[in-house]
Amino acid sequence: MSTITAETTGYVGRAMKRVEDPRLIKGIATYVDDLRLPGMLHAVFVRSPHAHARIARIDGAAARAMAGVVGVFSGADVNAHCGTVPCAAAIPDLKAPAHTVLAGDRAYFVGHPVAVVVASTAYAAADAADAVDVDYEPLPVVADPEKAIEAGSPLTHPALGTNVAYTWNIGGGDIDAAFAQADRVIRQRIVHQRLTPMPIEPRGCVASFHPGDGTLTLWTSTQIPHLLRTLLPGMIGVAENKLRIVAPEVGGGFGAKLNVYAEEALCCHLAMRLGAPVKWIERRRENAAATIHGRDQIGDYEVAVKHDGTILGLRIRTIADLGSYLQLLTPAVPTLTGLVVTGCYKIPAVRMDVVGVYTHKMCTDAYRGAGRPEATYLIERLMDLVAGELGLDPIELRRRHFPRPDEFPFKTSPGLVYDSGNYDGALGKAMELARWDELVGRRDARRREGGLSGIGVSTYVEICAMGPSKAMPAGGWEWGCVRIEISGKVTVITGATPHGQGQETSFAQIVADRLGVPIEDIVVLRGDTAVAHYGRDTYGSRGTAVGGSAIVMCIDRIVEKAARLAAHLLETTPDRVEFRGGTFGLTGGTGKRLGWGDLAGEAYIAKNLPAGFEPGLDASAFFEPQNFTFPFGTHICAVDVDRDTGAVQIVKYVAVDDCGNQINPLLVEGQVQGGIAHSIGQALFERTVYDENGQLLTGEFMDYALPRAEDIPDYVLGSTCTPTTVNPLGAKGVGEAGTIGATPAIANAVIDALRPLGVRHLDLPLVPEKVWRAINRSRSTD
Amino acid sequence: MGVPIQIRVNDTLRKHEVEPRLLLVHYLREVCGLTGTHVGCETSICGACTVLVDGKAVKSCTMFAVQADGCAVTTIEGLAVDGSLHPVQQGFWERHGLQCGFCTPGMIMSAVQLLDDRPQPSREEIAHGLRGNLCRCTGYSHIIEAVAHAANQPRARR
Repeated sequence: MSTITAETTGYVGRAMKRVEDPRLIKGIATYVDDLRLPGMLHAVFVRSPHAHARIARIDGAAARAMAGVVGVFSGADVNAHCGTVPCAAAIPDLKAPAHTVLAGDRAYFVGHPVAVVVASTAYAAADAADAVDVDYEPLPVVADPEKAIEAGSPLTHPALGTNVAYTWNIGGGDIDAAFAQADRVIRQRIVHQRLTPMPIEPRGCVASFHPGDGTLTLWTSTQIPHLLRTLLPGMIGVAENKLRIVAPEVGGGFGAKLNVYAEEALCCHLAMRLGAPVKWIERRRENAAATIHGRDQIGDYEVAVKHDGTILGLRIRTIADLGSYLQLLTPAVPTLTGLVVTGCYKIPAVRMDVVGVYTHKMCTDAYRGAGRPEATYLIERLMDLVAGELGLDPIELRRRHFPRPDEFPFKTSPGLVYDSGNYDGALGKAMELARWDELVGRRDARRREGGLSGIGVSTYVEICAMGPSKAMPAGGWEWGCVRIEISGKVTVITGATPHGQGQETSFAQIVADRLGVPIEDIVVLRGDTAVAHYGRDTYGSRGTAVGGSAIVMCIDRIVEKAARLAAHLLETTPDRVEFRGGTFGLTGGTGKRLGWGDLAGEAYIAKNLPAGFEPGLDASAFFEPQNFTFPFGTHICAVDVDRDTGAVQIVKYVAVDDCGNQINPLLVEGQVQGGIAHSIGQALFERTVYDENGQLLTGEFMDYALPRAEDIPDYVLGSTCTPTTVNPLGAKGVGEAGTIGATPAIANAVIDALRPLGVRHLDLPLVPEKVWRAINRSRSTD
Repeated sequence: MGVPIQIRVNDTLRKHEVEPRLLLVHYLREVCGLTGTHVGCETSICGACTVLVDGKAVKSCTMFAVQADGCAVTTIEGLAVDGSLHPVQQGFWERHGLQCGFCTPGMIMSAVQLLDDRPQPSREEIAHGLRGNLCRCTGYSHIIEAVAHAANQPRARR
């Protein structure tokens, strides 16, 4: 083989602005709602206002008579023609209701679609949807997952005979011995509140059927066009090879668009049935009610410790509120919690028991972090609780339980193998950036003056770059293709589906360096199954680590092929050809060098090729990761709490994240900051609220408190770099880090501020009212 | 039953007959074909639909098109002049002030008015001025930097 000494041109590692931005900042990008097709019809859904009701009658006559209305369809009209909404999680003995695309004779949550109206304009469809007359007979509701497992509880799905969808457990080490040997057992019940992902672009889709060739195109605001192409055929009866899914510009996902939704299948069905393209754009109230929610785990947590703080074991009983149905990964999310529940610590024994429970609410599923924020929050809260109860320094307690850098790959008691890490390195850097001693001095001084100040730390690890196919429901590889065009320009196609992460830029950086071409000559295509033939899409912080690695494989193959062609054209042998600075020449020679344009021209014109040489200059590849990656870091948060109002102010926020090698530090910073903002929301403001009747009280931005610009502190961000060994980029993934690492740091800071008042724990979100009540409870004499 | 309206949209006078209930954002998107202005909530909370009406940032999802009769409306498409980005657009590009880009047009339009009102805002003033615009991707820090970047540009156009 040739000597491959591709010089980097210095793109990787540079904080470059994005190539996708001009179209976005000019307002000329195309999101789903921007599509207009000739003859396009508009769908609007009629949704249940009841959490549980028998649907006695649906009368669409008045709606059908309205101007512009093409059709009104109920479950009786469409459910026999559409398959049920799929769940891909492989959980043994899972009890699952048939998840029809429209409600059958019952509605099971507020927002459950019971009918769909199709009309010539969106306004006409909305008017007609209001005119659909549905007779509901309300039925007993179960909205509280703990009550749902009590004897005599109303049943979410009476036909299942129970509200328990499944029980699942994970364990490692001798948990009984750990608790038998413990000097103390520290217990805490922790509620991980339900959250609503709330991408600013709601969901939406346009389905268009082409009767001539029987093909169907679905443009949809999704993170997973390729998984949809695999899963929709079973719902709509169009074969995979006649189905094209396009995720155009997608306005945020956060897991909310990592799903197969009833509305997508129904729009496909209606487009075929009505012989016209059908568009549906979700409204915000629908998004809040009928797009997946996240978190919602309630747990009793026990830590077995020695007097000196040595943690012997962790015992967890979790009730996971699944909502009324299973979406794509609903039951799998709590199992992810179990896998990483020991965090970045040596905890020799663990046992987690999960009960997945149906309630009359929207389904939970993978919201940014998906199971890992829950794990990190609980282990990091527990570390502080242990330190507090034993009078230990929470930093020292954490340090004592870190695996050392030379102990990696590190096998955890739940059975994972962490690839690489230097947890103390990140902690030390974060403390340095935070000016730890000053920070502690400030807190203590304020306390002496009667103020409420606290410092919280979170040392986290997450499981990312999903993942090895043997551990994934439908393959964890990623596909990519790199093509040197006849002009020498480079087309890169990825099966990952970025929707804001910026891989049109970061993948171009990778390719520019490795091929030695200007970044302007590279185009990265994604999000269209007719272009990216295969893919597993974007979720679980996998885009760069897995998708980027497939691109590296392609490049290696192309360079190898190009070297053979160059050897032929230079009348030498491949072992005497070197690749340097984007050109091929004789090793060490000063003579003629061939660039990509020269080689591509020859490769495609194909008049002077080596014997047996296949024309063309492209390569495609599937990258199969051998393990997950385990990014980690330390977040430190300092807060002041207002005694009179309970308001929390973040006065310092330091994050040191280690995602391995960084392709574009500017994009990494953006991911971290965005993730922390989700955590600020979870820690201080956000909670999805249903009342005891299953009525959704947070159905709007008016009621669901997303963080605003004023809620964001000035961050101090840093990083350490411990490359992973499981992919050629050494990149671990960073999309979820902020959401995983930050919540416990903020929570621990607030609890630390209230510690002098005797407050041991408060559940999230730490809204002023809750904090104020805690302050005043401690003041009162009872 | 259409109502005749005349609106100067991005320096072009447009005359249409519209339903009185037609929202300004739908007028811009569906009648004018200017889809850069987005709809995120229809309750004037998220600000994705922000445009300038007679120079003032307005949430076009809670204003009727007929209310803009006789006004001058600037949308994101009208901000760049002769292909040259507005300093706020440039700031968003330079400082990675966007990820998915969906809130971006509204965020940029709000920032334009913010800088019109206060050419050299502090970090707190920028954050305060953008309180009517939600972003779920960036965590706002880069947006605040983007606006500060624009504020430091010498261009008179701003």
